[in-house]
Amino acid sequence: MATTSPSLARAAELRRRGRFHPGDAALHGVTLVAALGAVALLALIAWKVVDQARPAMHRFGLHFLVSNTWDPGIHQVFGAAAFIFGTAVTSLGALLIAGPLSIAIALFLTELAPRWLRGPIGTLVEMLAAVPSVVVGLWGILVMGPFVANHLEPWLKHTFGFLPLFGGDPSIFGLLPAILVLTIMITPIVSSVSRELFLGVPQDLKEGALALGTTRWEMIRGVVLPYARSGIAAALILGLGRAVGEAIAVTQVIGGNVAIHWSLFRPGDTLASRIASQYQGATTKLQVGSIAYLATILLVFSLLANVAAQAIVRKVARRQPVIR
Amino acid sequence: MATAVTIQPERRVDLTPQATLPPPERRETVFDIRGLTARYGGVPAISDVSMEIYENLVTAVIGPSGCGKSTFIRCLNRMNDLVPAFRAEGEILYHGLDLHGPGIDPVAVRRRIGMVFQKPNPFPKSIYDNVAFGLRALGMKDGLDGRVEHALTQAALWDEVKGRLKMSALELSGGQQQRLCIARAIAVEPDVVLLDEPASALDPIATSSIEDLMHELKRDYTFVIVTHNMQQAARVADMTAFFSLSPAGEDGRRSGMLVEYDATQKIFTTPADRRTEDYVTGRFG
Ligand SMILES: Nc1ncnc2c1ncn2[C@@H]1O[C@H](COP(=O)(O)OP(=O)(O)OP(=O)(O)O)[C@@H](O)[C@H]1O
Ligand SMILES: [Mg+2]
Repeated sequence: MATTSPSLARAAELRRRGRFHPGDAALHGVTLVAALGAVALLALIAWKVVDQARPAMHRFGLHFLVSNTWDPGIHQVFGAAAFIFGTAVTSLGALLIAGPLSIAIALFLTELAPRWLRGPIGTLVEMLAAVPSVVVGLWGILVMGPFVANHLEPWLKHTFGFLPLFGGDPSIFGLLPAILVLTIMITPIVSSVSRELFLGVPQDLKEGALALGTTRWEMIRGVVLPYARSGIAAALILGLGRAVGEAIAVTQVIGGNVAIHWSLFRPGDTLASRIASQYQGATTKLQVGSIAYLATILLVFSLLANVAAQAIVRKVARRQPVIR
Repeated sequence: MATAVTIQPERRVDLTPQATLPPPERRETVFDIRGLTARYGGVPAISDVSMEIYENLVTAVIGPSGCGKSTFIRCLNRMNDLVPAFRAEGEILYHGLDLHGPGIDPVAVRRRIGMVFQKPNPFPKSIYDNVAFGLRALGMKDGLDGRVEHALTQAALWDEVKGRLKMSALELSGGQQQRLCIARAIAVEPDVVLLDEPASALDPIATSSIEDLMHELKRDYTFVIVTHNMQQAARVADMTAFFSLSPAGEDGRRSGMLVEYDATQKIFTTPADRRTEDYVTGRFG
């Protein structure tokens, strides 16, 4: 008995200890509530927006998506086509510029720049993301707008005027300034994500390539870029989501116009900028509903973009090479 | 350790007779290393190393951990250029040309002097593309398929992978991955292949297949291999260099140094230096 009773006691202790840990339970409870709260909030927002949009959805149905009218006057006819078009042109345009630019910045910061320069420049680029968008928009109006109207657009027109994109009269407000403002806003995100991706490329893979007598560029093209490829795709989608949802800065420079046209010089509107500029002055239930309908489209798109980006990120995370 | 110890025969490493080692006057010098000192951030990792490395031989570099073996062979193809704080002094003459001299292109150096690393590092690409990568980058695209097959055959991997060249290289076993890395290195037809503990992550069977391979290939290439495994050095190497840490200097720092360099047979049976003897007989402390 003398040999078993101490061990029995020890075993019993284990059982007692394993029963209840107030700290763990509290942690579990708090985090669960927080997580559920986030989900509930998202659901609530989505429901509220859709609920507001109901009058417009009843009246216009899916035709809203292709109708190119916004008449808050006596006729009360609304459609989203011009804004969907404006959103697509400005965000894809911004992505087209910001994508290569961000990859170049990230490559410079990880592979090419002298080491002492990498930290400061990287920090500066990331600080660009911290500039409030209304400030970017203000700069867009005061500095970039005149530059675009007086120099960039005349030059584009002179050089590429045969393309409908660069036809029309240069102007301070328009799709092109919106594209440039969005480029400034998404470049920091895409480049800092890309930079992380490039930093994550294993050193031994890079050395393996260089040991074959490849140049730095061949190494980057053959090893670094393929390794980071799907991550970059996810970063671009995140950037796209940001561009699509950006309201203030775009509203400040895009000019406001209900039209589908090919000239980047002329004013237009995006879903987000139309919502931002019209909500205050909306008078009828139908107009409010139509604005909420625009918001619904925006919400659906943003969620889709986010889900796609996360799916890619998850795929990348799983693909980490394993040495067996 | 103070008393003289005679080497017990059974403690000796097995030596395969190195019938291939030519007499000194018939050896062709590939590397003539003169007074090489290599520093990281001012701290010397190896000091004043002088030795010659000969063509179509296998030269092993052995020694305790941290004595600068990796540093040494990474100097031979300027791989250390990638380490920002690295500086080298002295000369490394490659066929008479100083590798650290002005106007030497490190890319061209690595093109002639390939390297295989401790951890297999296949690219996350197909088996075929791994071997073809260097060939494509260097513009050796004529008869690409044939070159890939030849390299894989030389690396004794062809029979195992010929039906699945499109498979990801990451799905191979560690030993296969390492042979793939050797195939990748020799596909671009270098003069010298440097191997930094190529078998340390492998099991004995994979290890011996890599050793066999070096025996086969040394007709065409010059090998320099770093190894922790003295049996391995004894089995594959014609010449062996023993590196060790120098006694602490006035600043209390120890740096790597070349203790003894000779025919493998000599290093493992009748070393001239006491430290070598202690090390190869396992009495290193
Ligand atoms: N990149 C580096 N930066 C700074 N110091 C380094 C670097 N690489 C190596 N060293 C230092 O140089 C010395 C020699 O290292 P090295 O890797 O050449 O030794 P080694 O003989 O290969 O050791 P092991 O057998 O453990 O691989 C060590 O003191 C190490 O700390
Ligand atoms: Mg080492």
